[in-house]
Amino acid sequence: MEAFLVGLIAATLRVATPLILGTLGELFSERSGILNLGIEGTMFLGAFTGFAVAYLTGSLWLGLLAAVLAGMLAGLLMGLFTVTLGVNQHVSGLGITLLMTGISLFLYRVIFGERSVQPSIPTFPKVSPFGDTPVLGPIFEQYLLTYIAIALVPLVWWLLYRTSFGLRLRAVGENPEAADAAGVNVFRIRYIALAIGGGLMAAGGAFLSLAQLGSFIFGIIAGRGWVCIALIIFANWIPSRVLWGALLFGGVSALQLRLQATGAQLPYELFLALPYLVTILALVLAGRSAAAPAALLKPYRRE
Amino acid sequence: MKFNRFVSLLVLVLFVASMLAACAPAATPTAAPKSDKLKVFGAFATPIEEPWDGVIHAALIKAREEGKIEYEYTENIGYSGDMERILREVAEQKKPDIIFGDAFGNEEAVRRVAKDFPQIAFVFGSGLGPSDPNLSVFDNWIHEPAYLCGMLAGGLTKTGIIGVVGGYPVPEVNRLTNAFIRGAKEVNPNVKVLVTFINSWFDPAAAKEAALAQIDAGADVLYAERFGVIEAAKEKGLFVFGNMSDQNSLAPDLVVSSPVWNMTPTVEYVISQVKAGVYTAQDLKDFSMVAKGGASLAPFHATESKIPPELLAKVREREQQIKEGLFRVDIDENQPQPVN
Repeated sequence: MEAFLVGLIAATLRVATPLILGTLGELFSERSGILNLGIEGTMFLGAFTGFAVAYLTGSLWLGLLAAVLAGMLAGLLMGLFTVTLGVNQHVSGLGITLLMTGISLFLYRVIFGERSVQPSIPTFPKVSPFGDTPVLGPIFEQYLLTYIAIALVPLVWWLLYRTSFGLRLRAVGENPEAADAAGVNVFRIRYIALAIGGGLMAAGGAFLSLAQLGSFIFGIIAGRGWVCIALIIFANWIPSRVLWGALLFGGVSALQLRLQATGAQLPYELFLALPYLVTILALVLAGRSAAAPAALLKPYRRE
Repeated sequence: MKFNRFVSLLVLVLFVASMLAACAPAATPTAAPKSDKLKVFGAFATPIEEPWDGVIHAALIKAREEGKIEYEYTENIGYSGDMERILREVAEQKKPDIIFGDAFGNEEAVRRVAKDFPQIAFVFGSGLGPSDPNLSVFDNWIHEPAYLCGMLAGGLTKTGIIGVVGGYPVPEVNRLTNAFIRGAKEVNPNVKVLVTFINSWFDPAAAKEAALAQIDAGADVLYAERFGVIEAAKEKGLFVFGNMSDQNSLAPDLVVSSPVWNMTPTVEYVISQVKAGVYTAQDLKDFSMVAKGGASLAPFHATESKIPPELLAKVREREQQIKEGLFRVDIDENQPQPVN
């Protein structure tokens, strides 16, 4: 039982990492008033760029950096459509997802050609602050990116609630007219928020290709971006709840795989449905009091 | 305001156009316009990086390189209605002699189009039967090498527990898994085989987590029906078996072997039948099995020295018997239990 729980907690942290990064990214853009449905494609772009650059340069950190930069560009492109041109945010976001997926697959084919076995690279090593200590050792033997993702949660909170940039960002997401009247450059803040958000999303994707797998395959994100969209509502747009939401979903996902491996004689479909059932339940409970940023989905134009 | 709206529209149009360009299935340019070679078209629902379609594509590329056919293809057609449109366009405009492809998820569309173009040979991967006059079917009947991999796994495990991670419990996955389990039991009757389904064809991170869960439950040899499992074995330094193609390069010291599917015998048979003018609709199953070279056990590479010689001899003997038709691996397409 102890071994089962230790394994479960360690797995939960791994599964939650890309969700934490992706949802924090979405938090930035939604708090500024932009729903970024480009998240799935931006994560995919991050996974691809990270892998390709790490493969070509031999440096995982360069790969991660390139992924973040590519994600920021994807965020800025989203800004061009939704901030400057005021195009419908749903359509722009889905367009970004399709475009980024297409570009990544195209460039993958250009760089790596057609292969029957995908190329692979050594991954980020795990760090083990507690060494061989029982319980704590295996639980905290994690990728550095997992620690970075968790450390980002209070950092994002501080940025949003304790800095003037955060105040302006929230103001822009709640009432852009008032923010503009107070001298805040709504357009610039939204662009910055989308760029930061895109970078975080891409880092979430790069975690999968650079840390967890060491390879890039075309289904690598597998809908995690859409899970982040649900998690942001569950989290009520509050950073600390992003962490709990991601851990809850990650925990139940890890649990169902581990229950299957113990050979529990229940239909496996039941286990597979578990994470989604819990998400829906949590959404129903948390969603009642959810308060989205007031200006979400509304393009801003100066009169 | 008006100008702004015009610019928005313009940018949107450009954006959508570039999007379509990026997503549009790419066709390879035709080689020589006029020749007596058969014209073959490939129609794939997924990108050709997908291993199943990748095997078909690889065999057709090989036939083209050997100068036997002219070959063009369209990939990433998907499952939302484009298959029928693309097949009709190809049949009407390109008039190929043969269309290869996969019909999974598009069974009805493929069969409808095939019926309307009886002069074209439709040869599709399918879980269903052939249809007169011109639709032949094939599938990855690699349960025989899967059985041999199971034997190796059963002999290599120290803990007596083996893990299998599969996509969905569909017949194609079930028969490989069941053959693998039976092979393991032949060598090691007390072996325990854990089977996990991740309910996705592509979620390598989830497949890796499933494999790590099996390792925590005691498994020390894995069968990677899906991508992601080899990465778990690599992390823990455990023996692992690939699937569909020789995946040894992913972990040269640990990937012992893989059941390999080879579509070349099927492709060559169909070409010869069409050329001779005697093509008929049929189930091409035999051409994807060991006896005709359509399925095989991948080479052991660097792992050969780590396999106990008695085990190796036993596996080689079975392999020979399968080749000669003296040993039959039963096809069991029932969903395997979580623990076997």
